Amino acid sequence: MNAMEALLHQIFSGLANGCIYGSIALALVMIYQATHHLNFAQGEMATFSTFIAWALIQRGMPYWGAFALTFAISFAGGLLVQRLVLRPFERAPVLTNVNVFIGLLLIFNALSGWIFDHTVKAFPSPFPQESAMKTAFFSAHELGSFLVMLGVLLTLYGFFRFTPIGLAMRAAAQNPDSARLVGIRVSWMLAMGWGLAAGIGAVAGMMVAPVVFLDPNMMAGILLYGFAAALLGGVDNPWGAVAGGLIVGVLENLLGAYVIGTELKLTVALVLIVGTLTLMPSGLFGKHVVTRV
Amino acid sequence: MPSLLEVNGLTAAYGATEVLHDVSFTLEAGRITAVLGANGAGKTTTLRALCQMVRTGGSALFEGRQLVGRATEEVVRLGIAHVPDGRGTFTALSVAENLRLGAHVRRDKDRVADDVEKMYSRFPRLGERRHQQAGTLSGGEQQMLAISRALMLRPKLLLLDEPSFGLAPKIVAEIFRILRGINIDDGVSMLLVEQNAKLALELADRAYLLETGRVAVSGTSAELMADESIRRSYLGV
Repeated sequence: MNAMEALLHQIFSGLANGCIYGSIALALVMIYQATHHLNFAQGEMATFSTFIAWALIQRGMPYWGAFALTFAISFAGGLLVQRLVLRPFERAPVLTNVNVFIGLLLIFNALSGWIFDHTVKAFPSPFPQESAMKTAFFSAHELGSFLVMLGVLLTLYGFFRFTPIGLAMRAAAQNPDSARLVGIRVSWMLAMGWGLAAGIGAVAGMMVAPVVFLDPNMMAGILLYGFAAALLGGVDNPWGAVAGGLIVGVLENLLGAYVIGTELKLTVALVLIVGTLTLMPSGLFGKHVVTRV
Repeated sequence: MPSLLEVNGLTAAYGATEVLHDVSFTLEAGRITAVLGANGAGKTTTLRALCQMVRTGGSALFEGRQLVGRATEEVVRLGIAHVPDGRGTFTALSVAENLRLGAHVRRDKDRVADDVEKMYSRFPRLGERRHQQAGTLSGGEQQMLAISRALMLRPKLLLLDEPSFGLAPKIVAEIFRILRGINIDDGVSMLLVEQNAKLALELADRAYLLETGRVAVSGTSAELMADESIRRSYLGV
């Protein structure tokens, strides 16, 4: 393999990782847009969802059946978490919510370990190792997860753009007071946002698990990349989150391969987070928001 | 004439500060009623209290149903549409999307598209700009959009918070002419809050004058226009 091919391989595999980061970032942005809170438990919720998928597949359910059922369970779970845990804190200060998020992170992490134990598990990929999708530059799973994420994105876009409930969710996120005045049940729209975010997280978890293997801390590092992606793309912009994810994925891979080595890869995320916040707080594609105080 | 809305001893507070102390009035179905008063008298708060956007006490019966204690989104479901101060349009959404949102709680979804077209014929400039972001409209167009969006609910009662605010007199005249038409053609009752007392009394059938959170004077528009102290304090003639 010559140097050019190796570089292309790193870029493609970076894009595949970037899809995962972008999806986690998208889940974060979905909740941030509506509430201005960053859900620190997003990663652990995704891990828990992935365990559910694993358990379903272990019981003999076909992969895509388990995939769909896991998405549905995660959606319902996210909705329930908002209704039962977060709703009482809707008017509470930011720090109260941060505490709730950290609590949720610990609870989901502990639940994963308690129910499914801490041993590292192999998670199947729906895309066979030796298939026509495989080339010199990327594996079948990398291309497959890229396409799955693209499918999720397009479905979401269609949902928000063309359905009445998607429109109501956008309205509720943008201007909750006016949304109430047209009769939108804003609090339920927030719950829907949580459900969708949990569903997207679940898909990201199922796509990344075959690569990094499944254990209760699977998402810890990936959530950091997700944060970096969301901030870099502009935390109020869903498209920015996805673009940010792809950029972070490629950057991380290239720097890991050619500059700093794989051990220091996670530092890239931290440097990006700190760098974005200091140099351009609204990210690459975010809106500059000026608040009068 | 049956009364559409009976307000009795309505109070409203922002935090610990009570703004409405004891507001009582009735609204007749099919009429336009104006609420007048100086800055800080509680005009806007009265509308916000009816929609349960502030902490309220007392009683407000709409067609016999109690509004106090209901959630804002449930008040809307009874058929009360509110055009708030600042207009409350969804600025990042298109004109068409704003109108569709206005019909969010309606069950007769198949007739919504017809009503959107009706709004475009009533306000042709909205029709021309249907795919434009609402935030890019001029002040007058945004007010027209806010009123159209409220009408998309097919409300029984329309609450209007200073529809003349910040607009050129010519546009105000146009909007008030259209409001009169909506009242007569569609039988929509209106509660109109206005700083501009002359304009409001010309449109309204009855009026209430608020002073520091209480109803000070009430009567038909003709009576209030003839009242010497009101002429001097609020009409400037």
